[in-house]
Amino acid sequence: MPIEYTKLSNIDGPLMVVEGVSGVGYNEIVEINVSDTETKTGQITAIDGDRAVVQVFEGTGDISLINTKVRPTGHPMRLNLSEEILGRVFSGVGKPIDGLGDIYTEESWAVDGSPINPVSREYPRSFIQTGISAIDVLATLIRGQKLPVFSGNGLPHDVLAAQIVRQAKITGADSGNFGIVFAAMGVKYDVADYFRRSFEESGVLSHVTMFLNLVDDPVVERIITPRAALTAAEYLAFKKGMHMLVVLTDMTAYAEALREISSSKNEIPSRKGFPGYLYSDLASLYERAGMVRGAEGSVTQIPILSMPNDDITHPIPDLTGYITEGQIVLERSINQSGIYPPINVLPSLSRLMKDGIGKGYTREDHPALSNQLFASYAKVSDVRALASVIGEDELSETDKKYLVFGREFENKFVNQDRNENRSIEDSLELGWSLLSILPREELDRLDPEVLKQHYKAQ
Amino acid sequence: MENGIITKINGPVIHAGNAKELSMHEMVYVGEEELIGEVIATRADGAVIQVYESTEGIKIGEKVKGTGGPLSVTLAPGLMSNIFDGIERPLEDMEKASGFFITRGLRVDAVDKTKKRPYEILAKAGDTVTEGQVIAQTPETDSVLHKILVPVGINGKVTFAAKNGNYNITETLIKVETENGEREINSIQRWPIKKARPAAGRMIARKPLVTGQRVIDSLFPVAKGGAAAIPGGFGTGKTMTQHQFAKWSDADIIIYIGCGERGNEMTQVLEEFKELSDPRTGKSLLDRTILIANTSNMPVAAREASIYTGVTIAEYYRDMGYDIAIMADSTSRWAEALREISGRLEEMPAEEGFPAYLSSRLAGFYERAGYFNTLCGEEGSVTIIGTVSPQGGDFSEPVTQNTKRFTRCFLALDRSLAYARHYPAIQWMTSYSEYVPDLEAWYEENAGEDFYELRTQIIRILREESELMEIVKLVGGDVLPDLQKLTLETAKVIRVGFLQQNAYHKEDTYVPVKKQREMMKTILYLYDKAKELVTRGVPVSLIREEGIFDEITLMKYNTPNDKFENAFSRYRAKTDAVIDKLRETQL
Repeated sequence: MPIEYTKLSNIDGPLMVVEGVSGVGYNEIVEINVSDTETKTGQITAIDGDRAVVQVFEGTGDISLINTKVRPTGHPMRLNLSEEILGRVFSGVGKPIDGLGDIYTEESWAVDGSPINPVSREYPRSFIQTGISAIDVLATLIRGQKLPVFSGNGLPHDVLAAQIVRQAKITGADSGNFGIVFAAMGVKYDVADYFRRSFEESGVLSHVTMFLNLVDDPVVERIITPRAALTAAEYLAFKKGMHMLVVLTDMTAYAEALREISSSKNEIPSRKGFPGYLYSDLASLYERAGMVRGAEGSVTQIPILSMPNDDITHPIPDLTGYITEGQIVLERSINQSGIYPPINVLPSLSRLMKDGIGKGYTREDHPALSNQLFASYAKVSDVRALASVIGEDELSETDKKYLVFGREFENKFVNQDRNENRSIEDSLELGWSLLSILPREELDRLDPEVLKQHYKAQ
Repeated sequence: MENGIITKINGPVIHAGNAKELSMHEMVYVGEEELIGEVIATRADGAVIQVYESTEGIKIGEKVKGTGGPLSVTLAPGLMSNIFDGIERPLEDMEKASGFFITRGLRVDAVDKTKKRPYEILAKAGDTVTEGQVIAQTPETDSVLHKILVPVGINGKVTFAAKNGNYNITETLIKVETENGEREINSIQRWPIKKARPAAGRMIARKPLVTGQRVIDSLFPVAKGGAAAIPGGFGTGKTMTQHQFAKWSDADIIIYIGCGERGNEMTQVLEEFKELSDPRTGKSLLDRTILIANTSNMPVAAREASIYTGVTIAEYYRDMGYDIAIMADSTSRWAEALREISGRLEEMPAEEGFPAYLSSRLAGFYERAGYFNTLCGEEGSVTIIGTVSPQGGDFSEPVTQNTKRFTRCFLALDRSLAYARHYPAIQWMTSYSEYVPDLEAWYEENAGEDFYELRTQIIRILREESELMEIVKLVGGDVLPDLQKLTLETAKVIRVGFLQQNAYHKEDTYVPVKKQREMMKTILYLYDKAKELVTRGVPVSLIREEGIFDEITLMKYNTPNDKFENAFSRYRAKTDAVIDKLRETQL
C-alpha cells in the first residue's frame, strides 16, 4: 500500500500545502485523489521540513482541506514515448486527448530534460530553404537552430509559421525522417485548429505530434507543455534519427503563466513582475534545440511570441533574443502597407547563417549580397526620415534612387504570396536586380569582382 | 563526515539543519548523489547551501557532507586546450561518463593524473626556495611552457630534487624543509576560487593588448592588465567582438568563459580555435586557450562560480609570468545568477531586483585584473574583457552602470550600426578608453611617432561628422558648403574603410598596428590634399567622381598584412596624381 497524505493546511490559487510528508523529492509528481471520484496531478515545488507545496495542474477546484488524498509517485514529470506519438494529440501535460488511447511503451523520459554537453554538440551548418525570400536571403534558417518569430497581436505570425513548416526543405530530411512537434500554450482554439488544418492540407498530419494547452486550460499545465513537446522532439531526433521542427506558440502566454505561479508562491519579482529566473527558465527551453555528434536527427525550434504592446524591449522578447540564435521580427506598419510576410528585415537576424550560407551551402555570392542589402536598406530609413522633413522633390538624385530601391525591396522582395515557394536562386537573383537600382558606387560592401559578376546597371 | 540534514529545498538553494560544523563558503556534498554545493550563509538553525547541479528529486532528510575547505580549483599542467564546466569539471570526460546529456553527481578529475610529461627540474638540493618561485617546467602544449611554482605559504631549503625526466602531476618533484617540517611538492595546487592569488606588487599598465581590430587598437585601446566592458543589446555582435579579441589579441593565454550563453557558441569556439592558427606563433589557437562553459541551461549556481573559476586559473598562469586575457561572456548573466540566488534567499532587493551587493561583487571581480610583479620575479598580467547584456539594450540599467565604474575601457555596441551591418558595431562617439594616455609611449615607439596625432585627427573628423549629421537630418546634405561635404565624405571613408572591419576576410580580420597607422595616414593625406583644392573652389563632387574615395575605402582588402608599406605609398601617389590633375584643369 503506497503512502498517502491527507493533511492539507492551505489551498491558495493553484497551490496547496501538504503537511507531515517525509521522503518526497523536489519537483516530484504526486497523484491527488479528490473525494475518491476525481484524480488530479500535481508537482512538489518547494519543501520545508515536513510541509510540501504542491502545484496542482488541473487547478485546485473541488479540493478542500479534508476531502483529498495525496500520493507521491517517486519520480519527476515523465512522458511516455514511442514512434506512435506521431500523428497524435496530447494535452498540455502529455495525456492523450484524441481518444486513441494511451501510449504503451517501455520508454519514458523526464520532461525537464538535461542540458546538452557543449562538447557533444555539432555546430549547425545546414541550410533550410523556407521559400520565403526575406528569411532565406537575410535571416537564413539553419538546421538545429532556434529562431523565434517576434510578433504582435493581429499580425500574421501563424500564417508565416505554417508557411515555413509547409515549405521547409531540410537537407537530409525526407518524408520518412521528417517530423513536426506543435505546442500550443495559452492560444485560442482557432489558432490550434488553423495549424491542424494547415498540417492536414499539406499532407503531413501523420508526422505531427500536437500538445495543446489552450487559453482556457489550466495555467499550471502550461509550464509543462513546452517541456513535454521538446522531450518528444528530443526523443524522435536523438533516439530515432528524425529531423524535427518544433513550433512553440505563444511564448508570451507561457512566460505570463510562469509569472502567475511565481507570484502565488510569493517570490520576489524582478522586471515587470516576472520572476528573477525567467532567463534561466526560458533558456532551459530554447537551449533544447540543436544537433549532437553521433545522433542522426536534429531539433529546430520556431518559437512564436507576441510582443506586449509591440515592445521589443519587453522582458519576454528581450530575454528571448539573448538566448535564441537570432529572431524574425514582424512589424505592424509593414503589415498595414499590405505586405506579407510583414518582416522588418533590419532587426531580423540569424546568428547561424554566416556558417551555413555561401559556397557549398547556398551560393557563393550570398553573404556579400545579404550584407549589401542590409546596408542599403538601412540607408533607406535615413533617406525616408529626411524626405519627410524636406520633401521628396528636394532629395538628391542618389537619395531618390534609395527611395525607389526601398519601395521595390518591400514590394517585390519581402512581399510574396502565402503559397509562393521561391527557390534560393530566385531569391538571390531578385536581390541582385534590386541592388542594380542603386548607383554602383553606393554598393560599398561588395568586392569589385562580385560586383562585376552580378551588378546589372539599368 | 556528515554535517547536516536537508530541511528545505527551493530550486538551487537548500537549507541544512544540524549543521554547526559547516563554515562560510565551505564546499559540501549534498544528498545521496553527492551534488556539489557551497555554504552561502550559516544561521543558528542551519546552513544555507547553493547547489551547483539540478536539485530535482532531492529529498528532505538526505545528508549534507562538509569537505572542510572552500570551493577550490585544481591548478596543474593539463588545463590548457581543455573545456570545463563552471566548477572545473572537464566536459569531455563528462561526455565519456554520461553521453551527450549532462547528468548529475558526476565526479571527474580536472586534469589527467596519469599522463606523463617531460620535466626540466630547475631547483637543486641545497637551494633555498620561496613561495611562488619556479622550480620546474614542462611543455604543456606547443605554445605554453608550464612552470611549476612553489605553493603559496611554503618557504625553505630543498632537501631533494628529482632528475629531469617524465613525470605525471602527482609525482614528487622536490622536497622542501620548512619551519613546519618537510613538504613534498608535486605539480598540483589547489586554490579557493573567491580569493585572489598573491603577487609581489601591482604596476601601472603601459602596454596595450594588441587586438588587430582597428577601432580598438587605434581609437579605444585596452591595456594589458586592464579591464574593458563591451555592452550591447542582443544582435549587436558582443560575442563576435569578443571572439575577435580571443582570436587575435597578443596575450599569451586566453581564458574564454561562456557564462550563461548559448551552447552552440561554445561549440563554435572549440571548432574554430582548433582550425585557426595564432598569428604570432603559427600554432593552433586552442593551444593557448582554456574554455569554461556554463551555458544558459546549465545550473545557475555554477554560473556564478564560472567567473571565479576562470579568473583563478588566469591568476595561476599570471604567476608564471604570462599575459592572460579573460573573455567573460556575459557578465550580465552572472549578475542575474546573483539575483536569482538572492531572490531564493528572500533577501531585500535593491535596484531592479538585483541584490545590494551587486556592485561590490563586480568590483571584486574586475579588480582581479592588473599588471603585476609576480612572486617569481617576473611580470605578468590579467586583462578582463567582459560583455554586458543590458536589459532592453538600455545602458542605464544597474549592471552596465556598475561595470562602468570598475572598467576603464567602454566599448559601446550600437543597435543601429548593427542593423546596417557595420561590424564591429562599436559606437565611436559613446565609447571611451582611459588607457589612452598610459599607452602613448608604447604607440610612439611601436607604431610610429605620429600615431596619436593621426588618431586625434580621425576622431575630430568623426565628431564633426556627427554634428553635421544633425543638420543633414533636417535639411539634407546638398545645402552644406563644400568644405563640410568633404568632411562628410572623409568620415564615410573612415567609417567604411577603417572602422568597419570584416571578420571573414583573410587580410582584414587582423591588421597590425603599423598598418593601421598607414591607413589613417593615407585617409588623412587624401583629406588634406582635397581640402586644399576645395578651399580654392573645386567642388567635392568632382574629386569624388575620380573614384579616389572609393579606392581608398577599399584599400583594406587590397593591402596584404605582410608587405604593405609600398602599397600605401602607391595610394598616396595616386592621390597626388588625382589632385594634380584637378588642379590643372580646374584652377
